[in-house]
This record gives sequence, structure tokens and C-alpha cells, in this order.
Amino acid sequence: MAIRPTSVTEVSGIAPDRSWLTEVGDFCRQRPLGAIGAAVVVVNILVGLAANLIAPYDPLTTDYGAMLARPSAAHWLGTDAFGRDVLSRIIYGSRTAMLVGFACALLGATIGTVIGVTSAYFAGRVDLLIQRVMDIFLAFPLIILALAVVSILGTGIGNVIIAIAIPMIPRAALVARSSALAIREMPYVDAARAAGYRHQRIILRHMLPNVMAPYLIMLTAYLGQAILLEASLSFLGLGVSEPTAAWGLMLRGAAVQFAEAAPWMAIFPGLAISLAVFAFNLFGDSLRDALDPRLKTQ
Amino acid sequence: MTDISVTRRLSIPALLLAGLVFTGPAAAQDKPRYGGELLFAVPSEMPSYDGHREGTFGMVHPLAPHYNTLLKTDPNDRTGTKIVGDLAESWTIAPDGRVYTLKLRRGVKFHDGAEMTSRDVKASYDKIVFPPPNVGSMRKGQYTNVEAIEAPDASTIVFRLKWPQASFLASLASPYNWIYKADVLARDVRWYEKNVMGTGPFTFVEHVKGSHWVGKKNSNYWDKGKPYLDGYRAIFMKDSAAQVAAVRAERAHIQFRGFAPAERDSLVAALGRKITVQESPWDCAAWVAINQDKKPFDDKRVRRALTLALDRRQASVALSKIAVVKEVAGVQVPGTPYATPPDELEKLAGYGRDIKKSRAEARRLLREAGVPDRFAFTFTNRGLPMPYEPIGIWLIDQWRQIGLNATMVTIEASQHVNELRAGNFTVSSDAQCGYAVEPDLDLAKFQSKEISHNNYGRYTDKVLDDLYQKQNRATDPEERKRYVREFERRLLDEEVHTFITLQWHRIVPHSAKVRGWTITPSHYLNQQLDAVWLAE
Repeated sequence: MAIRPTSVTEVSGIAPDRSWLTEVGDFCRQRPLGAIGAAVVVVNILVGLAANLIAPYDPLTTDYGAMLARPSAAHWLGTDAFGRDVLSRIIYGSRTAMLVGFACALLGATIGTVIGVTSAYFAGRVDLLIQRVMDIFLAFPLIILALAVVSILGTGIGNVIIAIAIPMIPRAALVARSSALAIREMPYVDAARAAGYRHQRIILRHMLPNVMAPYLIMLTAYLGQAILLEASLSFLGLGVSEPTAAWGLMLRGAAVQFAEAAPWMAIFPGLAISLAVFAFNLFGDSLRDALDPRLKTQ
Repeated sequence: MTDISVTRRLSIPALLLAGLVFTGPAAAQDKPRYGGELLFAVPSEMPSYDGHREGTFGMVHPLAPHYNTLLKTDPNDRTGTKIVGDLAESWTIAPDGRVYTLKLRRGVKFHDGAEMTSRDVKASYDKIVFPPPNVGSMRKGQYTNVEAIEAPDASTIVFRLKWPQASFLASLASPYNWIYKADVLARDVRWYEKNVMGTGPFTFVEHVKGSHWVGKKNSNYWDKGKPYLDGYRAIFMKDSAAQVAAVRAERAHIQFRGFAPAERDSLVAALGRKITVQESPWDCAAWVAINQDKKPFDDKRVRRALTLALDRRQASVALSKIAVVKEVAGVQVPGTPYATPPDELEKLAGYGRDIKKSRAEARRLLREAGVPDRFAFTFTNRGLPMPYEPIGIWLIDQWRQIGLNATMVTIEASQHVNELRAGNFTVSSDAQCGYAVEPDLDLAKFQSKEISHNNYGRYTDKVLDDLYQKQNRATDPEERKRYVREFERRLLDEEVHTFITLQWHRIVPHSAKVRGWTITPSHYLNQQLDAVWLAE
């Protein structure tokens, strides 16, 4: 049987059981900026989920009678070069951004954490080998590695998710390993080993749950990065393909050509990207401060 | 309200344009002025200097002013189809249509001072038609009909053909068939890959790779009084924003290939009367390739539904505001001798004026062929923004309207060609561009896969092959027109092996100082610059 790690507060019984609502309330009071970030994130997620209910127009339907229309009562944020409603495309673009963001961050942070913890657990030559492989990937800037992967795999939403997740893995592995190194030396891990549990069980049931704080922090930090990377790849024509509604895609092509005549085509998707990334970063920073204040100084 | 504002915004530059375009002929009547250096941007650079070997306009634009060809298209003919003499002064065709005898100009000198004779012409054409092993000749396949090239005297050159060929004069006017010096070719047949020496209006000065190409006036040019310019400087610039900025800042007078409509509008808005805009249908069309090895596209009813879904007339008006496409056309550039008359064009599938009726017919055909509603397939698009991306977005929207759910996958441009050749696609964008408007050049691609290596539809159609041969050998223009029409009907309507979306549209906004240059449907033609001059 595994020995559940306990904290000092649980042992002393000083802290009473607190509901998650109280925790959220405390978080909002203590970190108002983080709360604002979280609110924007939640709104983004809801908008993405309910896009088909709240978007005023179909994001793919062209209207050549309303090409490059200025923001008006009919089209709050104007239309693009094909007469497609910019607001509707931003709303549906939120779905693409959230899908890519969450998929990449989950994939990258999870695989990276598993690798990092495994590396720390086995230590020795295994650790050395894994870390050197991670070092090779870390040598490349995030966007360069993503560009390389997408140029091999091709464009499309699935490939973009893989292309963005891959460069995140070594970064997550590095953070998870440093946390797991300390956990490896904990008595409960020794006890599990002494009890004869298999490596897999020790890693998955005893070590991984104890790196959840850095994992959650990485997850929120990577969400913003993934959204930005997806937008960058799409802007370069290497991300999702037209006519899919995606923020980065909305910034390229006709938006560049008509930057002077129809600036709304670039301004609003640009604002959407900035707001989402800023919100994820604010939320991530506050979450880090709340869950693991030591990481702030690191 | 929205519509009005858009119309107003788009129509101001359009009206301005119309005015500017029509100032062209008046300006052309001005007396040419000598002097000045023409500055032009070139969006591409040449792999070698040999016109017989290469195909890119990145070579033609900087190098064509150094050379002459045997024949050329009339520099003032906007259709780019009227053939006139360049080094050939006159020519005759034997009654059986198999012997072409051309008389050469006398007194033409190469830039090294040597006299140009029929020996040089024969050596140049021998290199093009019968190249030695390991010497590239890109258009060799277009001269398979040539049996022999003879030079009976210093000023006569004779081409003997295996069968009469309607397009043979046009093929002698190819903008790539520069006349090289026989002695140089005899010493080193590949000398022209890295060196320049012709009979043209400008001599070579320097080429700084990635930067510029400079030519200066040939004071011994055979066409007395020409050229008007002291010289020219071609500036290599790949980025279109940089090209627009160069023209805007008057660091370049012109970029001969063309700009997008938005770039034209921004230049007109910025420079007003200092800019002249010339526009023409382009000898390039945006095609759709359909892989007939893939079901259900082996069924011509499904292929017909794809073309019937397209509202080409609406697209012509709308897409021409944002992309380099405009004309609704058949297999030949509108306004040229073999172009389809509008009333005949309307009879072809997808060219009718009643789009509701066309789309109803498309849905019926899909049902009949057993294609389910919301049938999903992939449209493979070439990874170049202009005009492929707007055309792709438009196509997907049009197909949605007949219940087809196409997803666009964009592939990098060079890889896209490989995928087409390998048949790794279902439906794809395709392009057909010619260096001259000529049915032989424009239709060859659509012959059976056993004949045409860029028949991406992977079909075999012996009737089509036969019609191609008939139009190729018909020396009577009216008879040839009939065969071209039959070919077109079979290709686009009866079998729908493939189809055209819209013809490309060439837009060249340039400094109003540039005079004596006329746009044609091909960005390879009319680049000798001998008649170009700069106004004060």
C-alpha cells in the first residue's frame, strides 16, 4: 500500500477543511489580476464552446456584397475581403485557439512531466541520456522547432497541435525533473521501493501526484504560448488552413494587403490574440504564486 | 449602407485607374526622349543566363534587352499574338506548309562587333531543337516537328517541317529563342549559361547576385535611333511589399510581372497622376485538377457538378478586387484570335448566367451519382497566397452551396507539384501559364496522361488527343478555331476532365515617366526595352 504524503498542516490539524469555492474566493481577493485573467480565460472557453449559438453569422459564408465593410450595426467588427463577418470569425477562432491551446499544453506538459519524473526517478545513466536528448531539443527556440515539425508533417490542425506540443515536452521535462529529484529522496518513495512496488506504480501513483503544482503552472503558462504559436504558424501559412476561422490566419493575406483600407481585419483578431495570451499569462503567474511561491523566486 | 460605402471606397481608385489607363495612348503619341536609366524590380532571379535552357521570367526580364529573336510579337499589340520580324526581315511559307524561309536583316552586329549571319541563327536553333547530350533545352519538345534547319546563304535560314504546323511562326517568336554567336557555341556550347553576348539593344555591364543587373545602351544597335534609354538597372526584390515601396518611393519605375489589386490601389492613392496603370487578361488561368483515379471523381457527373456549382460571373466582379484574377474565359485568353466568343462560352457547363439552375442541376447530378449530402473531400491548394488562397476559399464556399464539404489543405509550392505528379490528391488547384497565347502551348497539357506528363487528372482521352493534333495541323485559322472549340467543349463540358475557375489578370502600375511599353497577356513578352523611354 502506498504511503500518502502528508503536509504539516494536515498532521497538526490546524487548517480546517475548506470548500473549493472558499479557495476560489481567497484566490480572487489575494490576486485580483489573476482573477481577471481567469475570468477572461473562462469567457474565452465559453465563447469557443458556444460559438455556434452566439456568432451572428456563419464564419465560412462569404458575402461579396459586403466585402471589406466597415464596422457597423450589421457587422460589429466589419467584414473581411470575402465579406465574412469578422466578429463571427473571431468567436469561432476562439474555438480553434482553445482547442489548439489546451491540446498542446496538455500534451506537452503531460508527456514532459512523465519524462521528467521518470528521468529523476531512475537517475544515473537513464537520467543522463534523457537529459542530453532533452538538451538537444532545448537548443532550438520554440518557434523554430515548431516550424521544423510542421514543415515535415504538413499543415492542418492535428499536425499543428503535434508541432507545438513537441517543443514543449523538454521544457516541461526539465521543470518536472527538478521537482521530482526532491520527491525521489522522500521517505514514502523509499518505503514504496522497500515494499517492492514496480517502478511504474511508484512513478505514477507516488511521484507524479506530487508534482501537480508545477504541472498546473506549466499547463497555464503553455496555454498562452500555444495560442501565440498557433497564431504565428497560421500567420506564416503553416498552421491551420483557410477557410477555418483562426486568429493568426485572420492576420495574414488580405489583412496585410488591405491593412490601410480595412484595418479592422487585422486589429480585432490581433486584440483577441493579445487578450487571450495576456489573460493566460496573468492567470498562470497568479496560480504559480498561489500553488508554489518558491517557483516565483526561481 | 455597407454596400454603398464599399462600392464608394473601391470605385474611387477604379475611376482613377480608368482615367489613368486611358491616358496611355495619348502619352504614347509623345515624341520619344533619349536618356535616363530605367529602374525595374524583378521578383525572381535566374538559375543561369541561358534563355534556351531556362523558363523563368526572372531571367527574361533582365536578359531579354541583350538579345534579339528571329521573330517577335508586335510590341504595340496588346493581345501579344501579332507576329513581326526581329532579326528576320521577311519570310515565306511553302504552299504545302512545310518549308519556312526567312530572310535576315543585314548589318546586325553582336556586341563584340562580329556580323550576325544565318550561321549564328542555325547554330542557335540547332542548340534549341537538336541539343547535344547534357545540354538543356527546355522547349525542345515544342520543335519535334522540325526535320531540318538549313542556312543556304548568309542571310537566309530555312526550317523544314515533318508536317504543316499552324503555330510554327509563333514558336519562332518565342521570347526565349535568343540568337547566340555560332563561333562561341562551337567553342563551348554551355558558354551562354554564365555569359552574355547578343545583338540586342543593350550590352551587359554587371550582375551582382541577389542585388541587381545592369545594362547599357548598345550604340551600334542595328535598329537606328533605338534604344532611347541610356541603360537599365534590374533590382532583384522577392518581397512584394518591398516592390510596392520601391515604386512608391520612385526607387523603381516599374515591376513588369504585376501587382495585386490592393497594391495597385495603394500606389494609385499614394502617387495619383505620377502613376500609370496598365491591365490585361493574363495568359495564366486558375484551373482545378480532378484525380480521376479517386472515387467518386471517376464519374463525370460528379466532375460536372463541381464546375456547375461555380458562380464565375459573380467571382469575376468580387475576386478581381482582391486577387489577380478577373476574366471568365475558356481555354484561350479573351480578346485573342482563338478565344471563345461569349455566346459560345455560356453554353459550357458552369458558364451559364442562371446560377440557381446550374446548382440545382449540380445537386441532381450528385444525387444521381450516389454522392451523399455533406460528402467530404480534400481540396489541395498550392502554398502561394496569390491567387491560390482566395480562389481556394471561394471554391470551398461554392461547393458548400451544392452540399459538398471540402477541406482545404495547403502544400508548399514545389511540393505541391510533386503531389500532383504522384497523384496524391483528390481535387487540387492547378495553373496553366503560357509564354505566348497560342493553342498549341495552352492545350498540350490536357492531352492523355500517356502524352502529357502534367495531365494531373490522370485520364486517357483519345478523342481529345486527336482534336489536339487536328488543331495543331490546321493551317486555315477558321478550321483551327473549330477544332479548338471542339477540344474545349470535350475538355470542359462533355467529359469535364478539368475546369477553369477564372483567368488571371495582369496589373502593372508604373511610373508615368515610363513610356513606349505596352502590356500583353504574357509577362515574358515585350521585354526587349528598345522602344521604352523615360519622360521628363
